[in-house]
Amino acid sequence: MENVRTMSDHILEMRGISKSFPGVKALSDVTFSVRRGEIHCLVGENGAGKSTLMKVLSGVYPHGDFQGDIALDGEVRRFRHIADSEKAGIAIIYQELALVPEMSVYENLFLGHEIRKGSLVDWNATIHQSVALMKRVRLVADPSTKVKDLGVGKQQLVEIAKALSRNVRLLILDEPTAALNEDDCDNLLEILRELKAEGVTSIMISHKLKEVIRIADTVTVLRDGRTICTLDARKGEVSEPVLIKHMVGREIDNVFPPRSKKPGDEVVLEVEGWNAWDRALGRQVLKDVSFKVRRGEIVGFAGLMGSGRTELARSLFGNPDGYRVEGAVRVESTAADFRSPADAIGAGMAYASEDRKRNGLVLIQDVKQNVTLANLRAISKGGVVDSNAEVKVAEDYRKALNIKTPSIDQKVVNLSGGNQQKVSVAKWLFVKPKVLVLDEPTRGIDVGAKYEIYTIMNKLVEEGMSIVMISSELPEVLGMSDRVYVVSAGRVAGELPVAEATQERVMELATS
Amino acid sequence: MILNDLRKALRQNIRDYTMYFLLFVIMAVFTAMTRGLFMSSRNIANLMNQTGYIAVLAVGMTLVIVIRHIDLSVGYLAGFIGAATAIAMTRWGMPGWATIPFALLLGAAAGLVTGFLVARLGIPAFVATLAGWLIYRGLLLMVTMKTGTIIIPDAFFNAIGNGYIPDVFPSESAFLPGLHKLTLLIGLAAIALFSASQIRARKSKQGYGFEVLPLPVFAIKLAFMAFVIGYITWIFAGYNGMSWTAVIVIVVVVVFHFVTTKTVLGRHVYAVGGNPEAAELSGISVKKITFIVFAAMGSLAGLAGVLYASRLQSATTKAGEMFEMDAITAAYIGGVSAGGGVGRIAGSLVGAIVYMSLTSGMNLLSVDISLQYIVRGVVLAAAVIFDVQTRKRRG
Ligand SMILES: Nc1ncnc2c1ncn2[C@@H]1O[C@H](COP(=O)(O)OP(=O)(O)OP(=O)(O)O)[C@@H](O)[C@H]1O
Ligand SMILES: [Mg+2]
Repeated sequence: MENVRTMSDHILEMRGISKSFPGVKALSDVTFSVRRGEIHCLVGENGAGKSTLMKVLSGVYPHGDFQGDIALDGEVRRFRHIADSEKAGIAIIYQELALVPEMSVYENLFLGHEIRKGSLVDWNATIHQSVALMKRVRLVADPSTKVKDLGVGKQQLVEIAKALSRNVRLLILDEPTAALNEDDCDNLLEILRELKAEGVTSIMISHKLKEVIRIADTVTVLRDGRTICTLDARKGEVSEPVLIKHMVGREIDNVFPPRSKKPGDEVVLEVEGWNAWDRALGRQVLKDVSFKVRRGEIVGFAGLMGSGRTELARSLFGNPDGYRVEGAVRVESTAADFRSPADAIGAGMAYASEDRKRNGLVLIQDVKQNVTLANLRAISKGGVVDSNAEVKVAEDYRKALNIKTPSIDQKVVNLSGGNQQKVSVAKWLFVKPKVLVLDEPTRGIDVGAKYEIYTIMNKLVEEGMSIVMISSELPEVLGMSDRVYVVSAGRVAGELPVAEATQERVMELATS
Repeated sequence: MILNDLRKALRQNIRDYTMYFLLFVIMAVFTAMTRGLFMSSRNIANLMNQTGYIAVLAVGMTLVIVIRHIDLSVGYLAGFIGAATAIAMTRWGMPGWATIPFALLLGAAAGLVTGFLVARLGIPAFVATLAGWLIYRGLLLMVTMKTGTIIIPDAFFNAIGNGYIPDVFPSESAFLPGLHKLTLLIGLAAIALFSASQIRARKSKQGYGFEVLPLPVFAIKLAFMAFVIGYITWIFAGYNGMSWTAVIVIVVVVVFHFVTTKTVLGRHVYAVGGNPEAAELSGISVKKITFIVFAAMGSLAGLAGVLYASRLQSATTKAGEMFEMDAITAAYIGGVSAGGGVGRIAGSLVGAIVYMSLTSGMNLLSVDISLQYIVRGVVLAAAVIFDVQTRKRRG
């Protein structure tokens, strides 16, 4: 009798799950149980196997592609496609969103299971139900807005609404807040709580431990493809140091490593009166931006999502978007007029983009080819690439950044999200620039790896490089920068020495 | 132990080996069905000469598809340039040797025009080259309108598609009678060069402490490749020796293979194909690469035009018809991917040989043309299906 009751207590039980890829054992004998109606967080280092476990659950890797059992409500299930798991009430929202940008919100919400009248789509009913769904996730927008015109935060809500439209019982979110600002994060967590009250069970993967602690009823930690432990928050077992210790296998005392050297006085990059217009939208995206970066300095750019920081970086970095630009840029006091990213790189600039999949990496190429892509000249003679030198370089960066991959010949598409990010950073480190612009460098990166990246940043500036760090994680901006610029609606709303920069002060400027 | 290593090496390169296997099966089947006629020196020599212009086009098409474009205009461009060289020789008195640089330059110019439409004006390559298809077809008809077929009397020119390299020793000499000695020498030299470069590469890798193929597997691979090269030269030597067409194709393949696999330019081409936005942000000019690739494609179309006209010893109004489709087919059989960023020159050469072997074999068996098209279509579909499946499995 006892046995039956505990079984029905759990909406999901995964037992003895193992899954291998060529050269990688992604999961070995993982046990993972989720109680009905709880919010269960899944944490672990980059490459620990979190996404893989969820893909096993949702049928992306069909039954037979892995070992072990999946039981829903105590009943063993075998999913052959994602459609099977959807039918069973499971919905998964991936690390990278799966919406059609050119379609409206309501078209996206019912994509694949349209409401029909006969053989035609019943658009009126669709819109009617969309409005109700949007209200449930507190998404304030016109249902006919194109998805591409919404911010990331709202797009995330569309994904959740889409899951709800399919009568989801078990909602899986893979790093839903990685690309969200704090307000959107808060909103999302609040919605998860409301869904919980309605009886929806959620599994959330996240590297942001603070929010894990805020929201989780239970936390499971994975490390190297194994279950390390499952902690019960209601029994007070969950705290940041405890999570970190289980995730990394050791303790990390201070989140931001100390730096021994002060920045110099020499200005390396100076931007004055920088304006940019988006020709296609006929809109000014940057207004009279001026800033300076000194040698050996880390300059943080804080601001809300969509405040124009990425546009600023890209327009300075050879302007690949073809904005109409105006203003003065000086690199080491020499006036610069970059017509292309190649020009900017030639002058000693580097820009590691925020969206690694779309414009950071060549996913179908291997790790070494990605690492050397922006600086092939350094490992070639007379236009011929020295492949041995290339392997050497890539090996060095793999070790330095602790990139988890079976070999540097692995295609980047097969790496976990965080390790892809490290490859993207490695690529720009190899350019050995004077000014390195890092746009959201730690998005989707685990605590241990963050610490590694911070340590590398410190080492680079101590060696005389200058770093511009664009980040939506305020603690990181405040913890790493020497000076902070706050960007709001395409203009610099203020400049703060780090000693005067507090969360409140920055947020005040960011929303001004 | 050795078997295990061998299996591992095979699994890692399954797609490459399957294509050689496919070629082997096709050849074996046709040889059996034609009682050895298919593998006769004479037929293989003819087959290689027929494959020439398709192989050359397929090399260019591979690059175009790698950077996510397509070029439909190259068939009639080749036909038109063939006719232009014929006119240049017959009317303007251009010497035969000058036709090759002339065709290459004319082709490159045409390719740059396509590149301009695609890279600068942003016209989809399918549309831009469809326009080219129409225009070059019209031009070909226009220049051959008055005369119809233009007969080319130039001996040098006609040797390109029909001639063979001279021999160093007379073939009646007592030593290896009836065999083409220079061809055998070239074959031996190729084996020596290939082995030396493989051994050097292996040594240099070991010097860095990298993983290399275990010695026995490496030896088997070397021996096998040596055997293949040796056997091919043996067959060639048994007829008239190596043809000039074969020489040209080998030069083109070696040059393009080298550029795509070893140079910075080659890397940039594949990066643009794999992710144009990332390539641009990495300091690679996508426009420049597009121009270069279309110009190379144009040049190769010019060369293909010369090969074809020379083979027929004339320029006809129908020259170039369907060449672009044959080239695209060969490239896809050779493993190029429509998604961009994937595809190898050597693969496309083998693809062209597979494709032309099918045609040649079916002709020997007098298979009806209707059935021939169907068989070719099935082989193309099978090759691509296999490609997609193996790629999916390996993630
Ligand atoms: N398709 C694949 N082919 C080969 N290896 C893979 C594939 N997918 C994942 N892996 C490997 O499996 C391991 C687990 O990857 P997974 O994506 O599950 O990590 P994760 O815990 O989600 O990490 P992150 O926090 O970085 O997203 C990694 O070592 C990864 O390289
Ligand atoms: Mg993941």
